[in-house]
Amino acid sequence: MSVTPPPTADERQVDERTRQAPGAKGTGRRRRGKLLSNLALLFLCLLWLLPTFGLLVSSFRDEDLVKGTGWWTVFANLADFSQWTLENYSEVLQAGMGNAFLNSIAVTVPAVVIPILAAAFAAYAFAWMRFPGRELLFIVVIGLLVVPLQVAFIPLLRFYSTLGLTGTFPAVWLAHTGFGMPLAVYLLRNYMGSLPNEVVESAQVDGASHYQIFWRLMIPLSTPVLAAFAILQFLWVWNDFLIALIFLGSTEANQVVQLVLANLVGSRGQDWHLLTAGAFITISVPLLVFFTLQRYFVRGLTAGSVKG
Amino acid sequence: MLKLANALIAVIAGVGGTVVLFWLMNKAVESLPETWENRLKPYVFIGPAVLVVTLFLIYPALRTVYLSFYDDRSENFVGLDNYGTLFTDPSLRLAITNNLLWVAVVPISCVAFGLLVAVLADRLSPRFESVSKSIIFTPMAVSAVGASTIWLFVYAWRPAGTSQIGLLNAIWTGLGGDPIAWVQVSNFRLNSFLLMVIMIWLQTGFAMVLLSSAIKGVPTETIEAARIDGASEIQIFWRVTVPQIMSTIVVVFTTILIAVLKIFDIIYVSTGGNFNTDVVANRFITELFDFRRFGLAAAIVVVLMLATIPVMVYNVRQFREQEAR
Repeated sequence: MSVTPPPTADERQVDERTRQAPGAKGTGRRRRGKLLSNLALLFLCLLWLLPTFGLLVSSFRDEDLVKGTGWWTVFANLADFSQWTLENYSEVLQAGMGNAFLNSIAVTVPAVVIPILAAAFAAYAFAWMRFPGRELLFIVVIGLLVVPLQVAFIPLLRFYSTLGLTGTFPAVWLAHTGFGMPLAVYLLRNYMGSLPNEVVESAQVDGASHYQIFWRLMIPLSTPVLAAFAILQFLWVWNDFLIALIFLGSTEANQVVQLVLANLVGSRGQDWHLLTAGAFITISVPLLVFFTLQRYFVRGLTAGSVKG
Repeated sequence: MLKLANALIAVIAGVGGTVVLFWLMNKAVESLPETWENRLKPYVFIGPAVLVVTLFLIYPALRTVYLSFYDDRSENFVGLDNYGTLFTDPSLRLAITNNLLWVAVVPISCVAFGLLVAVLADRLSPRFESVSKSIIFTPMAVSAVGASTIWLFVYAWRPAGTSQIGLLNAIWTGLGGDPIAWVQVSNFRLNSFLLMVIMIWLQTGFAMVLLSSAIKGVPTETIEAARIDGASEIQIFWRVTVPQIMSTIVVVFTTILIAVLKIFDIIYVSTGGNFNTDVVANRFITELFDFRRFGLAAAIVVVLMLATIPVMVYNVRQFREQEAR
């Protein structure tokens, strides 16, 4: 009957609201239902927000106060500035977190950058070149997406110890490169494969080689997916605890933030003034990236959901 | 600072090295006769990636399977002994039971909460919708270690008579209860459930984002038709919306399932597997580093890997179907 285009998601809500008003009684029930559903959502949002909020507030409170009273008591006397301090941060930074923060950067940046190029070349070949074994190899890549990484640890540990790499940054860079590769190849190949045939074909007609097409066409066209993968891998490496524990855990000087925070929880579990500040330092960088690059972030996370 | 300089050098050397490697290999094949060039070029392109994956995943995985048939020091062949231990050793059986409990609770809870938030937020104005979704989604950026610290603070315990600093005990004592050291109470697996809350808190945002976009993709006509037929909103949700987003629900569910199967950091940080909270992946670390029983540790991860095979097969089949289209 109607010839108007189907409404978008946002229009639909409005549509729904106006349509559903057959009588005063119905409207009242609907309004109550809406209030109830909004309250439920508010409750969930509070439940999700409060733990982190409490942590943040506590990290700026004086040690005695953190250990003595609940963080929610600050609202009784917010203006009392003597309760706020940066002491916790300076103490935890000196207790190894400062060094670990630099280590985390030193671990993360190469582990994000190094795999991308090799993955991009492979993805291009899988998407645009014909060769025997192409499908089989790509199926292996898909299969590897969900393999538990632990399955590689014992032989890799031995391999690293013969090479004297245990506890060094290159050990972690290489491990992350290997473990991140299947996802990188998978994501990039799916994206490159979805680009229109004409792009590649017309370049080929003009006499461009695969190598030229790769550098001049594919890399510029693939920027969104390269960014999404970079963010995903960044998050994965920065937040990783398992690989860091296995390959860096033994060398104190090279420990990353996740290791130091976990050690603090284990050894100083009651020192909440340190733990809260340490936890906030640990989660601050990903949160910052999250708030600045939210769109890429969501895209990367959802696209990378298959990773094991 | 020296470390950062080293990292920078590594980035430049790593990237530069890869660029030069590809350039050289490309030059080398281009100098061959054309048939050989076309035959070999794809392998030049995939070579480095395949090499890395083989060296760091495939070979070690096969080697681990092999080691799982050997003793603690990987010297003598013991057949299936390690697998026998795996299913008879009481502490390992506890870990397996707990893992199954995690698998039974966490994925379905994430999907349920994710759906709930997606549906409730969908009714709000666009602005509040995006704010509430961001709040639920933000924990995705938080590491498991960070999340464990955040929630251990919520579960913190102080002796009775002193003021509580943990939110949960504050509420609990406010209601008249005695303060409880929550993570140590394993009656009815209470502490395991409280640790599962951490994982649900982390993963619900992911479920919500995917489910929300699936719900928005449901054609309005199907909902309108049901409404004209007199279906209630709840009936519409279960009979019209849910069936149409089933494939997304399956993807979300299996993704979280895989993550839960390998759940490790939360348990390692919060209880170290004590108080009956141990799980398989944590047991692997214990066997590997504390007891140095390499054969058993290998058998544990082989079982974990076997558990992921159905998902692997499903993924491959999905890919095949997509390609056929």
